[in-house]
Amino acid sequence: MDLILVAEQALNGLQFGLMLFLLAAGLTLVFGIMDLINLAHGSLYMIGAYLAAAAIAAGASFLVAVLAAVAGTALFGMLLEVTLLRRLYQRDHLSQVLATFALILMLNEGVRMIWGEQPLLLNTPAALSGPVELLPGLMYPAYRLLIIGVGLAVAVGLYLLVTRTRWGMWVRAGASNRAMTTAMGVPADRLFTAVFGIGAALCALAGSLLGPLLAVQVGMGESILILAFVVIVIGGIGSIRGALVGALLVGLVDTGSRTLLPAVLRQVASPEVASTLGPSIAAILIYVLMAAVLFWKPRGLFPARG
Amino acid sequence: MTESLRPRRTLLHHRAGGAWVWALFAALAALPPLLQAVGLEFYTVVATRVLIFAIAAASLNLILGFGGLVSFGHAAFVGIGAYTVGVLADAGVASAWVSWPAAMLVSGAAAAVIGAISLRTRGVYFIMITLAFAQMFHYLAVSLKAYGGDDGLPVPARSALNGLPVNLADDASFYWVALVLFALVFAGLRRLVNSPLGWLLQAARENETRVAATGGRVFAVQWTAFVVAGAIAGLAGALLANLNGLVSPHLMHWSQSGQLMVMVILGGAGALWGGPVGAAVFLLLEELLSGVTIHWQFALGAILLAVVLFAPRGLADLFDRFGVKRADAKGAANA
Repeated sequence: MDLILVAEQALNGLQFGLMLFLLAAGLTLVFGIMDLINLAHGSLYMIGAYLAAAAIAAGASFLVAVLAAVAGTALFGMLLEVTLLRRLYQRDHLSQVLATFALILMLNEGVRMIWGEQPLLLNTPAALSGPVELLPGLMYPAYRLLIIGVGLAVAVGLYLLVTRTRWGMWVRAGASNRAMTTAMGVPADRLFTAVFGIGAALCALAGSLLGPLLAVQVGMGESILILAFVVIVIGGIGSIRGALVGALLVGLVDTGSRTLLPAVLRQVASPEVASTLGPSIAAILIYVLMAAVLFWKPRGLFPARG
Repeated sequence: MTESLRPRRTLLHHRAGGAWVWALFAALAALPPLLQAVGLEFYTVVATRVLIFAIAAASLNLILGFGGLVSFGHAAFVGIGAYTVGVLADAGVASAWVSWPAAMLVSGAAAAVIGAISLRTRGVYFIMITLAFAQMFHYLAVSLKAYGGDDGLPVPARSALNGLPVNLADDASFYWVALVLFALVFAGLRRLVNSPLGWLLQAARENETRVAATGGRVFAVQWTAFVVAGAIAGLAGALLANLNGLVSPHLMHWSQSGQLMVMVILGGAGALWGGPVGAAVFLLLEELLSGVTIHWQFALGAILLAVVLFAPRGLADLFDRFGVKRADAKGAANA
């Protein structure tokens, strides 16, 4: 019985970790290549979720809604890059923080103007709402399995894109030495816009897939943004591999400690102590993890720049 | 002659401005009766809030602006100071003479530990590790069920300044106390920034390696500034606990740290008036815009964005440029 609980939580952790990876991948590339601290990255995730919910409300199927959200958010992201964010590349990090904080305020309020204050409902597609028996006694929701599958597929695809294509070579070069890359004649403008568009598309994918599990609401991007930053700092900024490892670590630790820690504590302490202490230790644990990683490896696990 | 041994106007020297500072403080001191005369007493509380955040933002500016150390966890020290007052009040200690210094001590001690660990890292990693520590304190406060947990801890009565003819329960008196403390903090920070320690701090912001090579103890200087900033933030927290009548984990939420950073950057990082100006402009804009439209956050965002694009070094830069021009003109006239 306990083993099944552990397996279930491991799958939940994997699912959450992969979704975090979708956010962290774009964030780490934008950060690593353009040296832009984009606090508004989480807002793209929110916009993706809202677009998917709106498409479903307009009668689209789940698949169409996700595709529409991804395409719409990618377009929006590229538009944002061309009109505003590219002005910030040459500015110091403080200006970037202020500008993208301002953007968060505006995008949150914009979403509120269009869709209102109430959270939107995004249902799991009917065909995937049931559980699947993975092992005897281990029932797991089909929809979460789909998320794991999509997450893995995107992770592999992104890995191939970055390691096996010319475009990926530019991206890696940009992350390790931006000035040199530009000097060697890489079309920086187009590269930056494309990276931004892909980052936005990944955000929208995560947002529309997580929509049915969490609430689609204003401000949903901020809390997950902090986790995505934790992920890329643990992994090492600019590194896709680091983002994947960091995301899985954070996903597993976060999910695992939330459900398993109280159970473990109940074995050694009174139920009262366990129920108060458990959740708070669980919430703190990923930050302890990050602080510990930075203490021993101040540049993250897989630093992209030498 | 000794005057010439200590340069008064190096590039690292920061003037607080001339006579207009006294005029400003006089105007601020006259604010409560003025507000009462026009029937807007409520705004005395708003003005007190501005002063308290001005203290907090000024303390953050010491490390962020002058030290180049972007701390994303400064709200933790505000929160720790507030909780110190709240917990002491809960235990029956109502004297401000005890609880306010205690708040500064506890926040300073927390900053000493966090700073010692965080200063091992640089740049973005420093931003994130300070955030991590602040989040730990935030969740710690959430888990303190004995002190209200998520809902926070009420602080039913304001602290008492025994021995002074001041009753903090009166909003105007509390405002004046906050104003005096703000003036003290501001004067203290001005002295600190223009002291050898302040010069080393700013020099290390520009080039750590060179400062270290010339014998400057970079770590000790940055750590000292971090601790001082933490302690002052603790004082702001103590005042905030008294003003709100409540301490809650929300004080330490990362968005609060972000808001303090935005205040400093908006006002001007590394300018003496940066923190206070940013806090005042931010809070007053919030107050004004929310009265005009329910979509005030959109307008606030648009204004902040305009500041980034058109006043790259913050609002205080405008004052600074004006101040330097005036000083130069005077110098030319004397020569």
